[in-house]
Amino acid sequence: MRVAVIVFPGSNCDHDAYYVIKQVLGVSVDFIWHTENDLSKYAAIILPGGFSYGDYLRAGAIARFSPVMDAIIQSAKKGKTIIGICNGFQILVESGLLPGALITNQGIKFLSRDVMVKVESNSSIFTRKYSKGDVLRIPIAHKQGNYVASPKILKKLEDNNQIVFTYHPENEDGNPNGSVQSIAGIINEKGNVLGMMPHPERAAESILGSSDGVKIFESMLGIS
Amino acid sequence: MIKYPAVTQDMAIEHGLTKSEFEEIVNILGRTPNYVELGIYSVMWSEHCSYKSSIKWLKTLPRSGGKLLVDAGEENAGLVDIGDGKAVAFKIESHNHPSAIEPYQGAATGVGGIMRDIFTMGARPIISMNSLRFGGLSNPRNRFLLEHVVEGIADYSNCLGIPTLGGEVVIEESYSGNPLVNAFGLGIVNAKQTASAVAKGNGNPVFLVGAKTGRDGIHGATFASVELSEESESRRSNVQVGDPFLEKLLLEATLELCKKDWLIGVQDMGAAGITCSSSEMSAKGQCGITIDINKVPLREPNMNAYEIMLSESQERMLVVIEKMFDDELKTIFDKWDLNCTQIGVVNDTGMLEVIENGKTIASIPAESLVLGGGAPQYDMPFSEPKYIIEKNQLSLERLPEPDDYNKVLTTILASPNVCSKHWVYQQYDTTVRSNTILGPGSDSGVIRLKGSKKGISVSIDCNGKQVYLNPRLGGEMAVAEAARNVVCSGAEPIAITNCLNFGNPNDPEIFWQFKEAVLGIGNACRTFNTPVTGGNVSFYNESTIGAVYPSPVIGMVGLMEDVSNLTTMEFKHSDDFIIVLGAINGKLGGSEYLSEIHNKIEGPVSPLNLEFEMRVQEVCLEAIKKGIVNSAHDISNGGLAVCIAESVIHSPAGLGAKIDCARRLRNDELLFGECPSAIIITIPEIKLIDLIMISKDLDVPTQTIGRVTQDNKLRINDHINIHREVMEDAYFKAFSKMMEG
Repeated sequence: MRVAVIVFPGSNCDHDAYYVIKQVLGVSVDFIWHTENDLSKYAAIILPGGFSYGDYLRAGAIARFSPVMDAIIQSAKKGKTIIGICNGFQILVESGLLPGALITNQGIKFLSRDVMVKVESNSSIFTRKYSKGDVLRIPIAHKQGNYVASPKILKKLEDNNQIVFTYHPENEDGNPNGSVQSIAGIINEKGNVLGMMPHPERAAESILGSSDGVKIFESMLGIS
Repeated sequence: MIKYPAVTQDMAIEHGLTKSEFEEIVNILGRTPNYVELGIYSVMWSEHCSYKSSIKWLKTLPRSGGKLLVDAGEENAGLVDIGDGKAVAFKIESHNHPSAIEPYQGAATGVGGIMRDIFTMGARPIISMNSLRFGGLSNPRNRFLLEHVVEGIADYSNCLGIPTLGGEVVIEESYSGNPLVNAFGLGIVNAKQTASAVAKGNGNPVFLVGAKTGRDGIHGATFASVELSEESESRRSNVQVGDPFLEKLLLEATLELCKKDWLIGVQDMGAAGITCSSSEMSAKGQCGITIDINKVPLREPNMNAYEIMLSESQERMLVVIEKMFDDELKTIFDKWDLNCTQIGVVNDTGMLEVIENGKTIASIPAESLVLGGGAPQYDMPFSEPKYIIEKNQLSLERLPEPDDYNKVLTTILASPNVCSKHWVYQQYDTTVRSNTILGPGSDSGVIRLKGSKKGISVSIDCNGKQVYLNPRLGGEMAVAEAARNVVCSGAEPIAITNCLNFGNPNDPEIFWQFKEAVLGIGNACRTFNTPVTGGNVSFYNESTIGAVYPSPVIGMVGLMEDVSNLTTMEFKHSDDFIIVLGAINGKLGGSEYLSEIHNKIEGPVSPLNLEFEMRVQEVCLEAIKKGIVNSAHDISNGGLAVCIAESVIHSPAGLGAKIDCARRLRNDELLFGECPSAIIITIPEIKLIDLIMISKDLDVPTQTIGRVTQDNKLRINDHINIHREVMEDAYFKAFSKMMEG
C-alpha cells in the first residue's frame, strides 16, 4: 500500500502529513507534485493544508485547476480513499468533490488553537476506529473554515450520515468559526472522500499534546 | 539616453550623507560620484546598512566561541552547532519604521526579510517569533497599529507554514507613534550543507531570482535611518509590499538550490536591494560584480538604473553559480514558477559596475561600500542623561501601601503587559510543521526536532522600563531573563541574537543608553557563555513624543537534550511543594506594580549578580534533567504573586496554591517586587532531598514556601485569598476588552 501526499505550490502541511504516514504509521508514502497526472499506484490520497496559490482569489479556487486534479477526480470516482485537510478540504469543495463552501470565519481573523471535535458517525471508512460521540482534541488553523451549505444540501448530508465531525460545545466558544450546524468535517455521498478543517496530522503523537487524530489515518488505511 | 541630474554636495546631504562622507566618496572615486553612484553610497553608508555609529560598541560583544560555527556578522544569520551534524541558523531584525507607517505590510515584510536571511543559508525555517511594542491602547492609532501588525505577521508566517511561537507584546506609552516590530526566525540545516553569501570566480554568472523589481521601498534603508515625523506619512512609498506565496516558492526553490555543489553563493535582497546584495557578496569574495541593468526583470515600465539599484522589492535573491550550470539552475526555478534571470557576471576588478544601455553608469570599489571595508565608522560622543539620577530615587515611605491586595493582584493580572495575549497568539498558526511542544504564552517556545530526542527552546525578552532606568543593568537583565526562561523549559541556553532598538544616536544621552546596554549584554553573555551570533541595530526610534525606551531585545536559543525534559509553568499535582530557587529581594523599582498601581516609572531596579544567577539556573536545569521538577516559572513582570497566579491560572481545573512566605519586607515588596535570580518550581514532597543535594552542591538557597492545593484558590500569607475564576476573568478577558477600545 502506498499513500500520495499532493503538493501544490503553497502547500505547507505536506511534510506533516508525510511524517505521520511514514514515521508514525510506517506506511509507504510519496510527495506528488501538482503537475503529475497518474495516481494509479496509490491506495489513498492526502490533500494537505497550506495556502495553495497563496489562497489568491479564494482558498482552493486556483488549485482545483492543477493538472493533478483530474487524476484526483478520477480516483474519487473509482472509490479510492481521499482526505483533504484544511486547504485540502477547501480544494475538495472548490472542485465539487464535496458539497457546500468554506467562507471566512465568523470572527474574520485567522484562528489557531486546539478545539474539541465530536465524532458524529463512526460508520465511515475514516472514523471506524472511533466510537460515535468520541471527543477528539485537534488543532485548527484557518481563516476560511466557516462551512456553509443550502438547506437542501444540509438535509442530504444529515440523511446520508455525511456529517462526520462537528465542533463540540465543550469548546470555549463552541463553534470557533461559525460553521453551519458546527460542521468540522464531511464525507461525500459514496463515503470515500473526507474533508475536514481540523488538522489530525498535528494531533497524531502524544508529544504534541494529543494523539486523538491518528485513528483517522489508521481507519482510512485499514491499520488495526 | 537617460538623463540623470548632476550631483552636488547639497544633493548628497538630501540623500542622508554628511558633508565629510561626501568628501570621502569623492576621495575614494577620485571624482565626484554621478547620480546612480550617489544613490548607491547613500544606502550602503546609511546607519541601517553600515552600522557606522554602533559597530565600535558591537565589537565589544562576545561574538565567537561556544557552539558558534560562524562568527557574528559573517553571514546572513548566526549558525550554531546542535550536534548530530545539525546546526541552527537564527536572527532577529527590526521593521519598526515601515510598521509605523504601514503596519500590515511593514510587519509582514519584516517576517519575509528575516526568513530569507535564514533560508539563504540553506536552513529550513522552523520557528517564527517576534517582539512587539506599542503605545497605550486607549489611543485608537495604537490599537490600529497593533491589530494590523499582528495580522501582517500572521498572514505572512501562516502562509509560509512556519509556526509562530509568540514572543513579547509590550505596551508602554513611550512606543506611541514609534512601535517596535522585531521579527525572529530560526532554521535548521545540515552543518556541512550551509550556503554562503559570497561571489567568486571571474566570469561566473550572477542571477536575480524570485520577484520582479518595482519601485517599492526605494530608499527604505535611508528612511530607517531618520526619526519619524509628521512628514513620515508621505514616505509610505518607502514601505515594501510583501507576497508570502511568492516567498514560500522562493524558500522551497532556494533550499533545493542550496544542495547543489555548483552553487557558489546566494544572498537575499532586503535593505538596499541589488546594491547591498551585490556589493556585500563581492566584498566577501574579494571580487567585483558587473550588472547589466537592462536585464533586470521589471514590474513597472520606465525604471532607471538609480531606481532599479535601490528598489527594495521583496522576495528576491541574488545567486552566483559556476559557469555552465545555467540550465540546472533554471530547472529548479521553472519548477516553482519563479523568475530566474542572469543580470551580471563576477569580475576580478573588485568593482561594482553597473551597465545601462551598454554604457557604464556606476563604477565603485565594492569594498568601499561595506561594513568592515570603506563604510564610515564613528566614535559617537555620549553622556549620562540627567534623568538617571532623578528617576532612581524611589522611596517606600512616599508609597502608600494598598489595603486590598486581592484587588491589586487582579488589576495587575489585567494589565496590558501581564494579561493573556491569546487575542494575538490565536491569529498565528502555532502548530504547523507538527513540531510545537510548547506554544505561545509560556516562558519560551519549544519545538521537537524530528528524528532525534532533541528540542529547541527560544525566548524573546527585554524590559524597556528597566533598561531606561539603568541601561547597563537592564541589558544584563534582558539576557539573564531570556536565559532563565529557556532554562525553565528544560533547555540549556547556547547563544543569543539581539535587536537593539534605540533613539537618535547623535544625541549623546541616547548613545550613552546604547553603549551601556551593549556593555551589559556583553557582561551577561560572557557569564552564561552564550555568544552573540548577530542581529540588528535600529536607531532613530523617535516620534513627536521623544525617544522610545531603550529596548535591546534578546532572542535566546536553548538546546534541549531530550524533549522528555520539557517543563511548563502550570502546576501538575495537588500537594506538590512550591519552592523558590534563588532569592526573592522584593525590589519595587521599575515594577509593573509601581507603574500600574502607583503610576510611577522609577528605580532603582533590583541588582543582579550574574554569577549567582548562573548558579540558580544551573540548579533549575539540573533538577529538571533529574526528572524531579513538575513545573517551573521565573519571577518576572508582576513579581511573586503574579508568578504563582499565572501557574494557577494555567493549571488543570481544581488546582490552587497556598503560600506562606515570610520576609523582612513590606507586603507589597514581597508580593509584587520584581527580582532576577528567582525561579518558582514545584516538586513532589519525596523529591525534596534530591533537590537539596543539587542546590547544596551549587550553593543556591531553596525555600519551600507553600503547596499546590485542590481548592481552586490562591492564598498568600494573610494578604491574598482569591478564587481562580476571579483571576482568570481578569487575566483572559483584559486584552480583548482593551482592543475593543
